[in-house]
Amino acid sequence: MALNEKDVARIARLARIDLTAEQRERAQAELNGILGLIERLQSVDTSGVEPMAHPLSAHEDVVLRLREDAVTETASEARRAELMANAPASRDGLFLVPKVIE
Amino acid sequence: MTMTTPLHNEFGDIAGLRAALDERRVSAVELAQSALDAVAARADLNAFLHVEPELTLAQARAADERLAAGQAGPLTGVPIAHKDVFVTRGWRTTAGSKMLADYVSPYDAAVVERLEQAGAVSLGKLNCDEFAMGSGNENSAFGPARNPWDPAAVPGGSSGGSAAAVAAGLVAAATGTDTGGSVRQPAALCGVSGIKPTYGAVSRFGMVAFGSSLDQAGPLARSARDLLALLEPMTGFDERDATSRAFDGPRPAYERAAGAYAQGGSQPLAGLRIGVPREYFGAGLAADVGAAVEAALAEFEKLGARRVAISLPRTELAIPAYYVIAPAEASSNLARYDGVRYGHRAAQYTDLADMTSRSRAEGFGPEVRRRILIGTYVLSHGYYDAYYLQAQRLRRMIAEDFQSAFAGQCDVVMGPVAPTVARNLGDNREDPTADWLADVYTLGVSLAGLPAMSVPCGFGGGPVNGRRPVGLQIIGNYFDEGRLLAVAERYQQATDWHTRKP
Repeated sequence: MALNEKDVARIARLARIDLTAEQRERAQAELNGILGLIERLQSVDTSGVEPMAHPLSAHEDVVLRLREDAVTETASEARRAELMANAPASRDGLFLVPKVIE
Repeated sequence: MTMTTPLHNEFGDIAGLRAALDERRVSAVELAQSALDAVAARADLNAFLHVEPELTLAQARAADERLAAGQAGPLTGVPIAHKDVFVTRGWRTTAGSKMLADYVSPYDAAVVERLEQAGAVSLGKLNCDEFAMGSGNENSAFGPARNPWDPAAVPGGSSGGSAAAVAAGLVAAATGTDTGGSVRQPAALCGVSGIKPTYGAVSRFGMVAFGSSLDQAGPLARSARDLLALLEPMTGFDERDATSRAFDGPRPAYERAAGAYAQGGSQPLAGLRIGVPREYFGAGLAADVGAAVEAALAEFEKLGARRVAISLPRTELAIPAYYVIAPAEASSNLARYDGVRYGHRAAQYTDLADMTSRSRAEGFGPEVRRRILIGTYVLSHGYYDAYYLQAQRLRRMIAEDFQSAFAGQCDVVMGPVAPTVARNLGDNREDPTADWLADVYTLGVSLAGLPAMSVPCGFGGGPVNGRRPVGLQIIGNYFDEGRLLAVAERYQQATDWHTRKP
């Protein structure tokens, strides 16, 4: 099933990537090409096979750890400033974004 | 061009460098300065993205102090460099993306930290495909790196800068990351050695995420012995990475295997069963690459190993499985780049949603956009079962194929890394998925989470390919990287491909 223009616009919206009309057209052709490649998955009978999310599950029982629910980072204004140094816009220890509520 | 050997390449391998430093025949500062000069002299390779001579020299001075105090670690004074997906204080970290063009990390990645503790001196950050997505290094926002063997050829990817820097002798070793072949393939194409360890063996704390069920860090160097020197300090449990697994490192398995091989006389590898999957030698494999790999297998037989024909029937299906799973995970991981906390923010926008969408459109290059879009689609409502879960079921079948081979038929698996030698820069530009198909021999290992390495085993054929290296892939069972390194070391003792220089 090939993706149409509307599908591509919807995917781009979900992915939060703003595409120009020209990029959308190109993306439509490319994504349909890729779908053609991955469509071969459907030909495999996988009934009864458990999906594998963690590769080591082929080797051992994987138990994901949980850490203690405790603050481990040092909290200081200097550390905060260091962590926020890469923010495109910030003030008084806050990340600035365009106004959300009028 | 007349060139004398740069000082940092005068002492042979890492063990040679370490001996020269311990005996004060050279200082870490002298080595670092020599490597910095070499990096500057080979700016044409575009292997390095960020060099900060003062930071490098400060690390070298610290190394000399440790040497003087008799406190040298296993890598003290050894010049290395990091793929630009490992975050570093001091040096910028861009992951090859405009999105992170100005990003400076407030902390060091675990791999960076561990190698620094072992004493290594960092020359800086290495070029790579944007967010490690690609296999030619042409998806870097900062221009492609070039193959030292032939400037018209790609170095491979995504760890292309790492492979180029090692091949050109700019550093003794480099870090890389491998999600679907990104250590093994550039190592093969540049004629150096590289290893992707078992999933979970090396901490990914501070490694820019791409596909979290696949990503693994690994070193590239000039020999299996040098890889062991890097991999040993790199491995180990780290509570800061939820997928990190306790592992006693490659050394014990290496010692066991190397000890046994040392007893073997002229047949050191007697008893080693090498599984050769017929699917790795199909129609897609270029004749010159196939011939070099066959010659390597014959060399292993001469060393006493036994060749066993095996089948990995779902080899080609690894391509669709991987290109569902990796983009799906990438779309999820890269959602964090929203133009709010760090990364590129567009100059013009109407509201918050528009700011994010425009920032991402401007910050991500075409391949990353493509993978995010396809990943978003396969995870979207109504398609998740058909694509993502189906790919994960197939993934288990692929992993089980390897397990049945290791269960009774063979100890290691060998075959090509890539179907051809390095292609020219610019080829495949109009067909974004052409490179994907060339990942066919590396993807299965990544999906299964197995350790695998690439070692140089010859060159292609003819006037052009004859100067482009071929890599042999050696695949092992989980946490068996020590044996892989011992097997590769025996091969490198019997052959000299790994000593060839461009």
